[in-house]
Amino acid sequence: MNGFWAILGRDLALARAESGGALLAVQFFALGILLFPLGLGPEPGMLSRLGGGLLAVMALLATLLALDRLFQQDHEDGTLDLLLTSPAPLWSIVLGKAVAHWLITGAPMLLAAPLLGVLLQMSWPAIGGLVVALALGTPTLSLVGAVGAALTIGTRRGGVLLALLVLPLYIPVLIFMSGTVTAAETGLAFGGHVSILGAIMLLSLVLTPWAAAVALRQVGD
Amino acid sequence: MHRFANPARFLRLSRAIQPWILAVTVPCLLAGLYLGLVESPIDYQQKDTVRIMYVHVPAAWMAMFGYSSLAIASAIGLIWKHPLADLAGKAAAPIGAGFTIIALATGSLWGKPTWGTWWVWDARLTSVVVLLFLYLGYMALWNAFEQPQRAARAASILALVGIVNLPIIKFSVDWWNTLHQPASISRIGTPAIDPAMLRPLLLMGVAYLGLFLLLLLLRMRVELAERRVMALQLARSRDGEPS
Amino acid sequence: MVSDCGFSYSFQARGLAGARGERWLFDGLDLTLGPGEVLVVTGPNGTGKTTLLRILAGLLPAAEGSVGWEPQPEDGRVALHYLGHQNSVKGALTVAQNLAFWQRLAGAGDAAATAAAQAAFALDDLVDLPARVLSAGQQRRLALARLVAIPAPLWLLDEPTTALDAGSVKAFADAVAAHRDRGGMAILATHQDLGFEPTYRLDMGASA
Repeated sequence: MNGFWAILGRDLALARAESGGALLAVQFFALGILLFPLGLGPEPGMLSRLGGGLLAVMALLATLLALDRLFQQDHEDGTLDLLLTSPAPLWSIVLGKAVAHWLITGAPMLLAAPLLGVLLQMSWPAIGGLVVALALGTPTLSLVGAVGAALTIGTRRGGVLLALLVLPLYIPVLIFMSGTVTAAETGLAFGGHVSILGAIMLLSLVLTPWAAAVALRQVGD
Repeated sequence: MHRFANPARFLRLSRAIQPWILAVTVPCLLAGLYLGLVESPIDYQQKDTVRIMYVHVPAAWMAMFGYSSLAIASAIGLIWKHPLADLAGKAAAPIGAGFTIIALATGSLWGKPTWGTWWVWDARLTSVVVLLFLYLGYMALWNAFEQPQRAARAASILALVGIVNLPIIKFSVDWWNTLHQPASISRIGTPAIDPAMLRPLLLMGVAYLGLFLLLLLLRMRVELAERRVMALQLARSRDGEPS
Repeated sequence: MVSDCGFSYSFQARGLAGARGERWLFDGLDLTLGPGEVLVVTGPNGTGKTTLLRILAGLLPAAEGSVGWEPQPEDGRVALHYLGHQNSVKGALTVAQNLAFWQRLAGAGDAAATAAAQAAFALDDLVDLPARVLSAGQQRRLALARLVAIPAPLWLLDEPTTALDAGSVKAFADAVAAHRDRGGMAILATHQDLGFEPTYRLDMGASA
């Protein structure tokens, strides 16, 4: 696990050194949410009804924000060559990258979500469901995003392309995250959604580092 | 394993089988259209609208078939580094996307008289929209690289990731649909299939499949010809150099 | 096969061919390096020096031929360093942090090796500075320090002395000499006279 810890530590150190840069995603997440009451009108019933879905959609979009730099910067400054020739297994490096990405984008969103839920006048059970949903859903977003980031290294307009590739793959996470919130809000059991989100996360945990590693090996130059 | 890697052999083979595919496709298409649009019984509820089914349903089949063949070609291209497989994937994507668009357009045309709106967030239609975006992403990735080899590798990996995801997406969209859709709305589908309806449907299915294969071979041949032209131009530009 | 005193590997390539896109750069290339041997690759631009090094590093697939070790380095051990035109240096991290990251990634090298690397390339006064404030030559020295900070039997270096002043070129030549003394091998693509005699020379311009 040398590769995992080395890359995780370095990416977090980089995020800290580029002070402020780390929190851009969560700022975008919050700002995006604040636009909806302005666009849709402040009617409390509507906002609380839409809240879970809006937060889930914004989580998807905010995740994309830092994704295109996940491997692109390492590619540009030659570090990718180092990662590819290092004795550490490539999947462990991808996993380290994805975990770092989640800690920088997913985890702050998880912390900000209850506050934003309150701003949207969501009920407490719904906010509880939202936190559970984001906790299980956002790691999948980072993991699947890592595959997209590995595939688009060195492309023209990588960021837009990445969004086009990755967003369709995010749909199941979106559906089950907002489903969890709806179920929690109406007092239904949401164990089913939670276990599906968990299963999707575990599946991504197994498959995506491997897929991204295959993609990275193609980069070459 | 690389028996067909040789473009000359592929070109010979494709020239040989194209007339046969054509010979099956055209009669099937004509018979299917006649039986479907003229002979087949009208639906008790949907009246003549049901005839859109003969254009719509096989298109939806081909949309799915196209993505599956994309994924299979990608797997072959990745594992055996077979250049023709990469080519087949690249050539199949726009055809599959075309069938997907036909399925969506006819589904929408069906929706207007049936539901009174051009679009209903029906589970199948929604899945097909997502499939269209998977196709578009694949095609965009092919075009995003300067080196065709890298493009082929990246697009193949994307196609495989997509095919693994497709059942999950389908499952989640179905689930979402049962949650949000009032049960009273009838879905696009094939209500109680009568043999008189099944026959034209299958004929159209065969015709679409033939069309898909014909277009695929044609596109692959065009692509090969383009590469050949480029190679010749490259060779001519280095005139004087012994090769 | 890594003992404290040095390496005893040999590295070889058989019938190697390299291509960029549709263009073939070289083919039928054989080479064998034993402990302490150095190959200098020269040739005009576009003859495939970089492509050759990247194929040897495993970063690019060979169009034909194969690359092999005798004996095979153990899994999880650093077998080679590849240093291309870029320095792989992170500007936001300090010199010390960059070196520490490379060592952790490789799972090799220790404090003594770090000290030796910093001393070899005169980085001692710079360790706590973020790498982005370093000059181009200083960044290159940092990149070269990686070779010393992490022991590896084979160095694959593409124009290693770009942006270096005469003193630093001398420091680099000393590092290569120390590496050879330990039984290390190196393949360098360069235009410059580095002030030492390589075991072999390969002129890509002539072989094309």
